Amino acid sequence: MRLTCPLCGDRDRREFHYYGSDAYLDRPAEGAAPAAWDDYLHNRDNPAGLTKDLWYHEQGCAQWLVVTRNTVTHEVSAVELVAGRAGA
Amino acid sequence: MRIEGKGLIDRAHPVRFSFDGTSYGGYRGDTLASALLANGVRLMGRSFKYHRPRGPLTAGSEEPNALVEIHGKTNQTPNVRATVQEIFDGLEARSQNRLGSLKYDLLEVNDLLAPFFSAGFYYKTFMWPRAFWESVYEPMIRRAAGLGRLSGKHDEGAYEKAWAWCDLLVIGAGPAGLMAALTAARAGAQVILADETPILGGRLASDGGMIGGEPALVWAAAVEAELRSLPNVRIMTRTTITGAYDNGTYGALERVGLHRPAKANLPRECFWRIVARRAVLAAGAMERPVAFPDNDRPGIMLTSAVRTYLNRYGVVPGQRITIFDGSETGRALARELMAAGVQVAGIIDPRPDASSLEDCPVHLGAEVVGSRGRLGLSGITVRKGAETFEVETDCLAISGGWNPTLHLTCHMNGRPRWAEDLMAFVPMEGAVPGLVAAGAAAGRFSTHGALAGGQAAAQGALADLGFKVPDIALPEAEDAPCQPRALWAVAAEGRAWVDFANDVTTKDVRLAAQENYRSVEHMKRYTTQGMAPDQGKNSNVAALAVLADATGRSIPETGITTFRPPYVPVSIAAMGAGGRGAGFAPQRLMTSDQASRDRMAPMIEAGLWYRPSYFPKPGETTWKEACDREVMMVRNAVGVADVSTLGKIDIQGRDAARFLDLVYTNTFSTLPVGRVRYGLMLREDGMVLDDGTSARLGENHFLMTTTTAAAGLVMRHLDFVHQAFCADWDLRFISVTESWAQFAVAGPKARALLNSMLDAPLGDVPFMGLASVPVGGVEARLFRISFSGEEGYEIAVPTRYGEALFRDLLARAETMGGGPYGMEALNVLRIEKGFVTHAEIHGRVTAFDIGMAKIVSAKKDCIGKAASQRPGLSGPERQQLVGLRSFAPLTAGAHLFRPGAVIGQAADEGYSTSTCWSPTLNCWLALAFLTDGRARLGEQVRLVDHLRGKDVVCDVCDPVFLDPDGGRMRA
Amino acid sequence: MPELIAKEAWQGQAAVTRAGLVLAPLQDRPIWSVALFPGGADGAATALESLGLGFPEPNRWVSAAEVRLVWTGRAQAFLMGAEPPAGLAGHAAVTDQSGGWAGVSLSGPAGPEALARLVPVDLRPGSFPAGAAIRAPVNHMSAVILRTGPETVEVWVFRSMARTLWHELTEVLARFEARATVAG
Ligand SMILES: [Zn+2]
Repeated sequence: MRLTCPLCGDRDRREFHYYGSDAYLDRPAEGAAPAAWDDYLHNRDNPAGLTKDLWYHEQGCAQWLVVTRNTVTHEVSAVELVAGRAGA
Repeated sequence: MRIEGKGLIDRAHPVRFSFDGTSYGGYRGDTLASALLANGVRLMGRSFKYHRPRGPLTAGSEEPNALVEIHGKTNQTPNVRATVQEIFDGLEARSQNRLGSLKYDLLEVNDLLAPFFSAGFYYKTFMWPRAFWESVYEPMIRRAAGLGRLSGKHDEGAYEKAWAWCDLLVIGAGPAGLMAALTAARAGAQVILADETPILGGRLASDGGMIGGEPALVWAAAVEAELRSLPNVRIMTRTTITGAYDNGTYGALERVGLHRPAKANLPRECFWRIVARRAVLAAGAMERPVAFPDNDRPGIMLTSAVRTYLNRYGVVPGQRITIFDGSETGRALARELMAAGVQVAGIIDPRPDASSLEDCPVHLGAEVVGSRGRLGLSGITVRKGAETFEVETDCLAISGGWNPTLHLTCHMNGRPRWAEDLMAFVPMEGAVPGLVAAGAAAGRFSTHGALAGGQAAAQGALADLGFKVPDIALPEAEDAPCQPRALWAVAAEGRAWVDFANDVTTKDVRLAAQENYRSVEHMKRYTTQGMAPDQGKNSNVAALAVLADATGRSIPETGITTFRPPYVPVSIAAMGAGGRGAGFAPQRLMTSDQASRDRMAPMIEAGLWYRPSYFPKPGETTWKEACDREVMMVRNAVGVADVSTLGKIDIQGRDAARFLDLVYTNTFSTLPVGRVRYGLMLREDGMVLDDGTSARLGENHFLMTTTTAAAGLVMRHLDFVHQAFCADWDLRFISVTESWAQFAVAGPKARALLNSMLDAPLGDVPFMGLASVPVGGVEARLFRISFSGEEGYEIAVPTRYGEALFRDLLARAETMGGGPYGMEALNVLRIEKGFVTHAEIHGRVTAFDIGMAKIVSAKKDCIGKAASQRPGLSGPERQQLVGLRSFAPLTAGAHLFRPGAVIGQAADEGYSTSTCWSPTLNCWLALAFLTDGRARLGEQVRLVDHLRGKDVVCDVCDPVFLDPDGGRMRA
Repeated sequence: MPELIAKEAWQGQAAVTRAGLVLAPLQDRPIWSVALFPGGADGAATALESLGLGFPEPNRWVSAAEVRLVWTGRAQAFLMGAEPPAGLAGHAAVTDQSGGWAGVSLSGPAGPEALARLVPVDLRPGSFPAGAAIRAPVNHMSAVILRTGPETVEVWVFRSMARTLWHELTEVLARFEARATVAG
């Protein structure tokens, strides 16, 4: 598997650390209801198809990335910087 | 028998090798199989289950029978295919899977017991008594049913791993592959052409023929010469592409040193990861055997194999050859043999209407229904209509048609498609993105089809990649139409082998169907068909055809099992190349490393770092003596320890303090410049991530320290919090772990020691204070922090001065009754003070559990705060950090019970995490987690460790065993 | 008062030549991380003009005389061979990394081929041309890799891993040499 880091370019999977769903980016505001935290921390979809997850370019530029990929075809359709996303 | 004038072997280079202790001669260019056949040796192995005599069925890497052990000076490699292994002077090969000699294998009795060993026998036969399975039956079966043996010794051979990149990877260098490579090479693309044999040409080297009006091999040689002259082409021979993976990554195994005498540093094999933008699968096709009774005798081999031995190696595997083949290639072989002066005793052609005009007997509409010969073929039984007759023969060529070598196209979950017009499975297009099959691998079996297909595949790839597609005139070549054949099995009584490698017969497949294992996947597992080292390359299609017949379904309805990587067996040593010994992980060495080793300190691993365990003194015979001395040295005088391995992160920016407030539970924005504060970090799920101290070097400048173990983890966490939640803040941080060498100086004489060496006497540095101090003209950072409970300082200098400072500190300490201390003493010192490490903050404990709930600030948010306040993460039901004391030895990882409780999981109340003998308090101490522990100080618990045979009643106490008020640290 | 003698990362290590490749230790030099604060690019650019350097694009490095500015991450570069200009303050976080890195150079036409044993990135001149600088692993180690000549590549790793880097590279060269002697 390979990922194209927006900074470093096309690299082998070994350079990246996998974290989990991009839902980790939507941190509830301080004082949010426990259910919001429960969703944030624990509840995840398991889609057959497009999914967005977080990878860390640990052996490269040390940037966190949002990777859009298809769990069925393994196609990677987008890789974006977490720090560069809108609103960040 | 060798045929003069034939073959591509190098007759100028004779080679001596041995097989089962007998010396034989061959030539450079021979495989072990071709050289043995040239010497009249047909018997090369014993079958897996029945120990039947076996010789080579094929001449390639798919060989199921001729598996041997190769013995080197330091290596013993089992299950090497004699059809792949090239001979060299001194090669020592031995047969395997036998008891006694190859000719008189005592386990041949298994063949007589065959009725007991049919498919699924081990599920049925060895059921009783139950206890016998592990002790008697399984070892017995393993002994009898098997492959080669390992030496049991460490493999000292060199192995290699490497990466390669290209625009186009061409897999296979037959006519399709050569044409594809040539097309792409002329376009200027980066090309890798890989072939698993030592030469280029593929079947052209076996079948001859003409291309462009000249002998096919002349054409191939011209193409090879051109490819070798081009800088954008890399030719990789002896290299098998073993797997197709995501995004154009391919695994490949190169035989680097396996075909020559061992040589220091020469890799035996190299495992390649090839990244290719496009790939052409030009791996050709594999001929199918035919199942008929006793079709497994040495001397019975595929038509294509006999042709390869004849034309490529100049070897005929017999004196009177018969051919059971209903195609024109069978006829071509007959003519080639006769032209070479070899007797062809008959062609058995199942076609009733084929030509019978050959210079040898031709039996049309006939089938082979049996064979004879104890250790090799001596005759066959032929059936034609109602009559049967015997033919004397010592070599039978068989062919049941061809299977495209499409395995790689299935490696990413793709399924092949059944082509009724070819009677074969062909690759599904697009099954592996970027990979296109061409030539026989795509079901185009003529030479013209291969050349045209290879060219078209390369042109398609070039167009995709934006290269200008060169115009190459396709050379003229034969374009005979494919003759689809589906001769899977001959209807006759007797055991007819389908999977030679795992001893699976048509009967076994039918039995599976009869017992309702009708799915091809169930049949495979019930019979073990396709599960041998050849992974069913010779048998899958035939087995499912027999299953289809037995279940009354068509072949496409029956389906096919999945081909998975690797395509050929790959040694673990090749995949793990570079990862043994020092290559297993980087070794991080501190600046004090040599100085510690000079003092004979044994080094222990702490993450990737190597740290001194203790510093032995003359007369000390155990680590504990040294450790106890070092502890008391720190408590009574002064000790020096290298603590450079702690993670150090330099944090700058107007939002630096705000950032620390977010990642730590406690508040750092209120920390005055010049002061240090202990900080606790949580994961977002509320568990403790790490702890450490952070110093405020300036208004907008902090230096954070992490534990050694979690330095990388914390950096990753900080990067996440920063990039995900506050990327726009005025904030930057970077690891400075490597830039500073840092030493703990601890003990009542610490201050005196520092004053003896600093350029100016130490002023008033309060506990948790920090100062910039020149030492020898070098600006050092001094932190007054303590991990020992004594008055303690950590002094940091730029890394390049680390060794000098360490040696100087030790020399001075020793004049004051002090000296260096190692990890053992450091651990005792911190346990006596109840300081936690990752033995305690192991990922499942909360701030509450370790008694630090009070430093989770109520005034601000922080990572993990919300989750840490969930019900169940604090309260009396939690296992809480306590101290345990005892005069009997304690162990870590032991479990805690109330005295009198029944020892068992239900009564389990906690566990110990760290233990030591305290020379300061003269008793054993442990840190432990105990249910409602803080309310139970003064009680007793039983510490039970079944693994180490401990059962000790100990006192529960505060985890800070020594100086609970911290008076010594603050002195 | 002690005399603190500085020790270089490669103190005492001689260069080795094997299989036509020269593996040479590089001298320590000042290395400073220059990390641009948000909005700090213009101010930093002005400050860096005094060194004759512009902030490098990703995967590139620039130089003026013996001073280099090497891209090492998002909005981050390593200034090698000089002290940072004072004018960077407020525009960029400046952090001393001197002595924290150990570098080697590998020279010879087969350098990229040798490094392909350890580095999962194509370092041949076509894809790693003059002026290229990347963050990439060398086996298990994080590294900064630069092309410094038509046939020369530099590799920098954490100083604590210098011995491992040397070990891994010399082992690769030994395998390489053995392959060369049996080629053909
Ligand atoms: Zn990157």
